Amino acid sequence: MHNYLDPYRDAGLLRQWAEKLRNYRGKPLKLMEVCGTHTMAIARYGIRTLLPDTIRLVSGPGCPVCVTPSYYINNAVRLARRPGVIVATFGDLMRIPADEGSLLEAKAQGADVRVLYSPLDALKIARDNPERQVVLLSVGFETTTPVAALTVVKADEEKMDNFTVLSANKTMPEVLKLLAADPTVGIDGYLYPGHVSAIIGTRFYEELAEKYGVPGVVAGFEPLDILAALAALAEICDSGRPAARNLYTRVVKAEGNPVAARTMEQVFEPADAVWRGIGMIPGSGLAIREAYARFDAWKVFDLETDHDAEPEGCRCGEILKGTKAPTDCPLFGIRCVPENPVGACMVSSEGTCAAYYKYGGVR
Amino acid sequence: MCLAVPGRVTEIKGKTAVVEIMGALREASLELLEDVQIGDYVILHAGCAIEKLDEAEALKTIELFKELKDIYHA
Amino acid sequence: MTERITLAHGSGGKLTRQLIERIFYPHFANEILQTGDDAAQITVSGGTLAYTTDSFVITPLFFKGGDIGKLAVCGTVNDLATSGARPLALSCGFILEEGLDIGRLERIVASMAETARNCGVRIVTGDTKVVPKGAADQIFINTSGIGIIPEGCQISASRARPGDAVIITGTLGDHGAAILLEREELNITAEIASDCAPLHHLVSRVLAEVRDIHVLRDPTRGGLASTLNEIAEQSGTGILIWEKEIPVRPEVRGICEMLGMDPLYLANEGKMVMILPEESAGKAVELLRRDPLGKDARIIGRVLREPARKVLLETVAGTKRIVDMPVGDPLPRIC
Repeated sequence: MHNYLDPYRDAGLLRQWAEKLRNYRGKPLKLMEVCGTHTMAIARYGIRTLLPDTIRLVSGPGCPVCVTPSYYINNAVRLARRPGVIVATFGDLMRIPADEGSLLEAKAQGADVRVLYSPLDALKIARDNPERQVVLLSVGFETTTPVAALTVVKADEEKMDNFTVLSANKTMPEVLKLLAADPTVGIDGYLYPGHVSAIIGTRFYEELAEKYGVPGVVAGFEPLDILAALAALAEICDSGRPAARNLYTRVVKAEGNPVAARTMEQVFEPADAVWRGIGMIPGSGLAIREAYARFDAWKVFDLETDHDAEPEGCRCGEILKGTKAPTDCPLFGIRCVPENPVGACMVSSEGTCAAYYKYGGVR
Repeated sequence: MCLAVPGRVTEIKGKTAVVEIMGALREASLELLEDVQIGDYVILHAGCAIEKLDEAEALKTIELFKELKDIYHA
Repeated sequence: MTERITLAHGSGGKLTRQLIERIFYPHFANEILQTGDDAAQITVSGGTLAYTTDSFVITPLFFKGGDIGKLAVCGTVNDLATSGARPLALSCGFILEEGLDIGRLERIVASMAETARNCGVRIVTGDTKVVPKGAADQIFINTSGIGIIPEGCQISASRARPGDAVIITGTLGDHGAAILLEREELNITAEIASDCAPLHHLVSRVLAEVRDIHVLRDPTRGGLASTLNEIAEQSGTGILIWEKEIPVRPEVRGICEMLGMDPLYLANEGKMVMILPEESAGKAVELLRRDPLGKDARIIGRVLREPARKVLLETVAGTKRIVDMPVGDPLPRIC
């Protein structure tokens, strides 16, 4: 195989699977996807318009940018404004509004903020600018965290003294358990994130099926992957026999990627974390271990971690938990729009509200 | 949080590879994987190869998707 | 509206439109300006003049496939071409940052001269200002252009009609991708060059044989998505494009897949959107393809009556979704 994308975008197969989904005759289901990249792909391909009325697909808290508390951006902006500091970040964080403006606005006002594709490129910036402090903004789940961890390992090997990481990395298992156990959320099944699963493997999902009775299917990111996974998930949910299935076997192994997982564990340890809109979930975050404290921006710089309440009327918390849809929010599309976002779900381009707004499915 | 793309390993220099995605080239670290060869396909995320693509599984998946069966029992 | 100008105000998307509609139009108010086309059409005794202006602030100054000077000439010539005009003359205003190397300036000026010669257009008037170091990023160029619109030629975005075909003259995103690659912090390499090119000859080739072209517009900053949204807005129509018809070079596609970007939002500097009655579309495509600058021309969509003022994309999955105006410049994503 030379092209691992187009076969999974085949128009004919997509039509057939759309038809299969439309013909679902089982009981009404509420399914949840928990990956910002799935949210985007689903919106981009209009997949919701292919679902029968009996299947509701909600977006969960799988958008790492959306669940990052606003004090994180406040700190990032303040650091960027310090003379001698270079902030290196993913593009996703640039437009998030915070008390003192976004990183994009700080950059326009002269702060040295650099958009990167890879955290490893931040090391190059640090090497090329030995007299300046480089701070890497690190958000993400288990797909991205091993890369951030690798950055720290390499900084350590090279004995760098001008490189730190401001981490807000989180993990999936605790929030998946929390939502699975919450009757007000009422999830019948999960669409599991393909690349997080590539790192952590699939055993945890089997546990969720056995112990919590919530089935799930691991899905890739092409439209055929998603449609087939949703159809399979619907069948499993309807059968009343919870199970976990992997439909992204070309990338995901049951045991995951042990090298990546080990690298992650070498640098990070579990910590309590605040999920914007949800609150504190114990053990759901990652903090840099003591052994690497000199690369931990939280320790090296004097930063504040108090967090503010969400703006009046904002329903992000409920949207992130899948208990409300963007259209249920009084601010959606009126006060809260992509060019002037109020809450986290609109701020990130793969946030639930941004995806809904931008792609506005048309039947 | 999972934006990643399949690419072909065209060069390996120590623990770094050059990965080709439809003609565009990007250096990628191989430090999160073992045993990568030139010609392998990998999943590229944030400048790192995070997994290898299993061609046999990819073909099996396409066959599965083509069959359109009850994939619950697969 | 926000209180301060941000970069997004210059990106050709929603905030640029807000500035235009809330500040420039109300103050400058006149029907020629508020038509919203890329070139103003002014009737003088004996014909109709096209008149346009554009400023160029791009960095890096030199990139694969062109430079700021070539862009400054092509950009304005192309804006004139969108009204069907034969370009007559350009003006050129420079704002130079103190400390700019004169050798660089000369390279840019030489490029402008060569491009103008190839276009058959002259730079007939100009101005130069120098600002203190830090007040400009090396060099800013403004070019204004005048041209003559042939008799009977009525091309304007407001003329798109339901049933019209939507043509693009070639692959999307080449310029935007080329500029992205120049940003060394992304560390991506590819054989992509800016498509920067003057299009008035390509346009007149079609105009000579196809009389009823309704709309011409070049999808620059903000990409095809912005341009189609502007046209839909101006004409009160809807526009539907088919994902599988949109031409994108594999390398540009690869870069977009890697960075999570959409070719519909990347800038083009050598492409034209052409909207015309369906019955003439085949001929137009055939004429375009005879020219190297139009070799990948194809029909990519259709104008609709509803949903008015919206742009829809029919995905490869057979579903339809909205193509919105962008808010700011595209940024690489990790999610």
